[in-house]
Amino acid sequence: MYSASDLKKGLRIKIDNEPYIVTEFNFVKPGKGQALYRSKLRNMITGAQFERTFRSVDTFEPADLEQKKMQYLYQEQGKYCFMDNESYEQVFLTEEQVGEAKNFLTDNLEVEILFFEDKALEVSVPNFVDLVVIRADPWAKGDSVSGKTKPVTLQTGYQIQVPPFIEEGEKIRVDTRSGEYLTRVKD
Amino acid sequence: MEEDGGLAKKREALWKRARMIRAIRNFLTDRDYLEVETPHLIPSVIPEAHIDAISCAGGFLHTSPELHMKRLLATGYPRIFQICKCFRGGELGPSHLPEFTMLEWYCRSMDYRELMKECEELIVSVAGDLGCGDVINYQGKAIGLQRPWESISVREAFACYAPMSMDKAVMENCFDGIMVSRIEPRLGIGQPTFIYDYPVSGSALAKEKKEDFALAERFELYMGGKEIANACSELTDPKEHQRRFLNVNKYRYSAGKSIYPVSERFLEDMASMPQAAGIALGVDRLAMIFCDSSAINEVVSFVPEFL
Repeated sequence: MYSASDLKKGLRIKIDNEPYIVTEFNFVKPGKGQALYRSKLRNMITGAQFERTFRSVDTFEPADLEQKKMQYLYQEQGKYCFMDNESYEQVFLTEEQVGEAKNFLTDNLEVEILFFEDKALEVSVPNFVDLVVIRADPWAKGDSVSGKTKPVTLQTGYQIQVPPFIEEGEKIRVDTRSGEYLTRVKD
Repeated sequence: MEEDGGLAKKREALWKRARMIRAIRNFLTDRDYLEVETPHLIPSVIPEAHIDAISCAGGFLHTSPELHMKRLLATGYPRIFQICKCFRGGELGPSHLPEFTMLEWYCRSMDYRELMKECEELIVSVAGDLGCGDVINYQGKAIGLQRPWESISVREAFACYAPMSMDKAVMENCFDGIMVSRIEPRLGIGQPTFIYDYPVSGSALAKEKKEDFALAERFELYMGGKEIANACSELTDPKEHQRRFLNVNKYRYSAGKSIYPVSERFLEDMASMPQAAGIALGVDRLAMIFCDSSAINEVVSFVPEFL
């Protein structure tokens, strides 16, 4: 059980049997008044955001969330399909739920899916993924100046800035947390 | 957080803050206010429903210098001021620090209306000393200092901005919630706002209004939606002091909060308390306004996370 003063950004709580994540949280206190906690919450199922002010006597249940290792299979009409390798159970996430991770999903990639009871909510991809460059402008003269980058397109459709020597068909490693290029990968 | 806690970047704000404090001192000293220092470590604090004192060495760190400044007032010091650190447990937020700087000044024979005027004059004078002219730019919005400033009673503010009347809000225990979400954000926008005549129930040691005992002669100053100062005509009756302390302690006990012993010496001195008005102004908050800072952390050198 949490009390209002335990709330912080990123904490996941249960309200009316649905999981919420705290996206903003501030201590406020009107002159001579009681301490209040002004928060922004996001419903982890519907994505709906709203503001709510809690009093210090308010309490919350933690949201019971579970992470499962699953494999990414395919995407169809905005639905992303993942499979549990042991039970062969399949779950779907919407494009909105997948969010930024869609830039890094390749067939059979092992990911973690966050569940609330039986509902799949979110996907986390590994911190580093290797992706193939499918479109790149050729290396022009004068591009070797240090610090210069060029845009390329990766197999997932993700556009990224890379050093000028990277060419079409090469594989690169990307940090999924920052979305940035790390290094060239030789198979 | 940066390695130095952002200290290198605070140079400009810290200079401005120091100039602001000097300007405050000059203003009050020029008006014959005596600068005093009262103890921070004291055997008891004035009980307030929603202010928690930090215990220390068998006593408490003061939550404001009010108790001892009033004892000075009652024993013949008619005009006094103090700029000091105050301590309040559990207060940490964009406009709150558990250790913060307060300016308090008290004046015999004044009432809260006259004090409102003096507060206005102080801030205009400080703005002048800081070279702000009569407009402060705060978070992309102008706060004009041309007088007179906006003044609105709490009852009117509820009628304008809230979904229910002030009296209903007090009765249904949602006064603070409405204040924070609906009213505060509208105050001190375009120009500073005085909001006055608070319900007596939440007004600690403010005197009741003669015309309406449910209201206290108390005001707050807001700038840019931020509470800057709290002031009142001071209560003078020792019996009423005692009654309020008891009520607050009862409330605190029922809410599971620690209760505070009542200072007998304070009550004794209150027998000779003259008519007076007093004001507490958050120095860090005022520095936020002058430095155009949205977070209190930007206008103090060290913050709790970096000690």
